[in-house]
Amino acid sequence: MKPVVHVENVSYAYDGGNQEQVEALLDVSLKIWPGEFVAVIGHNGSGKSTLAKHMNALLVPTRGNVYVFEMNTQDESWVWEIRQTVGMVFQNPDNQIVATTVEEDVAFGPENLGVEPGEIRRRVDEALALVDMTGYEKSAPHMLSGGQKQRVAIAGVIAMRPRCIVLDEPTAMLDPVGRTEVLRTVRRLASDEGISIVHITHFMNEAVYADRVIVMEEGRIALSGTPREVFSQPATLRKLDLDVPQVTELAGQLQAAGVALSRCPLTVEEMADDIGTLLGRGPCRSELHSH
Amino acid sequence: MNFANAAVGQYMPGESLMHRLDPRTKMLVSLGIIIVLFVVSNPLAYALLAVPIVLAIAISGVPVKLVFRSLRPLTFIMVLTFVLHLFMDPGEALFSIGRITATDQGLRLGIVTVVRLTLLVLATSIVTMTTSPIAFTDGLERLLAPFARLGLPAHELAMMMTIALRFIPTLLEETDKIMKAQMARGADFESGNIAKRAKAMIPILVPLFVSAFRRADELAVAMEARCYRGGEGRTRLRELAFSGEDLAVLIVAGAYTVAVAVAL
Repeated sequence: MKPVVHVENVSYAYDGGNQEQVEALLDVSLKIWPGEFVAVIGHNGSGKSTLAKHMNALLVPTRGNVYVFEMNTQDESWVWEIRQTVGMVFQNPDNQIVATTVEEDVAFGPENLGVEPGEIRRRVDEALALVDMTGYEKSAPHMLSGGQKQRVAIAGVIAMRPRCIVLDEPTAMLDPVGRTEVLRTVRRLASDEGISIVHITHFMNEAVYADRVIVMEEGRIALSGTPREVFSQPATLRKLDLDVPQVTELAGQLQAAGVALSRCPLTVEEMADDIGTLLGRGPCRSELHSH
Repeated sequence: MNFANAAVGQYMPGESLMHRLDPRTKMLVSLGIIIVLFVVSNPLAYALLAVPIVLAIAISGVPVKLVFRSLRPLTFIMVLTFVLHLFMDPGEALFSIGRITATDQGLRLGIVTVVRLTLLVLATSIVTMTTSPIAFTDGLERLLAPFARLGLPAHELAMMMTIALRFIPTLLEETDKIMKAQMARGADFESGNIAKRAKAMIPILVPLFVSAFRRADELAVAMEARCYRGGEGRTRLRELAFSGEDLAVLIVAGAYTVAVAVAL
């Protein structure tokens, strides 16, 4: 199996004014595998957005190489192939919708690729169904909620048939409802459609659903592993100025108080199960949901 | 501030023949009528040119009241040009007010100008009211395409129009938000003379422009990420289709308009 994106010893510096070079990335290496759901976390200025922009040639490394399959992002002749293979969803839902209706916007990418009209129609319908926006084809973007706009933006990327979607803090400007909608869509894409997902976020509880979590700090990868591996190190995370998910925090406090849980729980459901087991009542997931 | 007025000439969805026609057909026919309007000066010619316009309005099913509402913003200009013609043109005196005199020729030219402007606005309004913004920009792009070889950026103009249409509601919303934020801090947009009120707009315009530039920047990156590279090799979800109906309308309306121009 070949990685979809291969970031190889990448450093990136930009001119910060006063002839000062700001190092945004320092010798970062990572591979994104087909169908993998990777969450990238880190506080502002940790380089996570810069890393994202390297994955579809919006930025080109100062040192090192980024490969999308066999294509090096340094080679300008591949740029459109690369951007079709690795799609990108941005933070502000308003500033990435181009057209005056939902269907025209979803069609924008395929139109740029020169796909023929009948096929565009098929892709638009399919993409809108995937993000649960069927029925909004003729709606004007400004009439939609933030979560809906962001799902339209995701549909616009899906319609280009990418192998990987990079989402750069797609939930940062949304309300809790919109955040849930978008997260549900993203998780479904990763599990059902086999599209690799790189989800950049600063919400820790969004990262727990990933296959792998990468923690960025000052342009480097500080920590990497499964969500359980990463979040079971609350002390390290705190040192990096990051929160841990609430349940993980609670588990840590229980541990300190002498209550030993069998694993490090990541979600409320897992926590409920663990506590139920501990109390000898077995997993109590259903009980939790009924409340 | 009431933004509902911004809706003059806005698209009214429908299924009529006017709605079905290719935007290019509608634009060409209305352009033809407008050109002839400014060539002829015979009253009968105006009456004959009004026929296809009235017919188009009737077929479209758009409420007549709404079509005529598009004249409202031009009322002031019409009255002004009429008055200027009436009193400034040479000719035999009809009546005088103080030292200025109304002339018969002025009266005639004044009426002609008002009729011309009215028909012009109606002819364009009925096109924009029965054509979706997407179809309109597509049609414009295709009509201007032959001039692209002469260096006219046809695709770019159409794309700019699409983006402008897309962002008008967003920017209006933002204006509203900024105004409310300024009012919450004691800004006063309602009192004072024109100069004072214009000055009060500065704290609205500055943040609005800053934000518009930021939006433009982000949108450009998002468009590039979706492989936008200009009009070349681009396909469309909905290709414009020139049907038999279009051909028929174009021939009949074209022949009629030319006949009016030649005969009168």
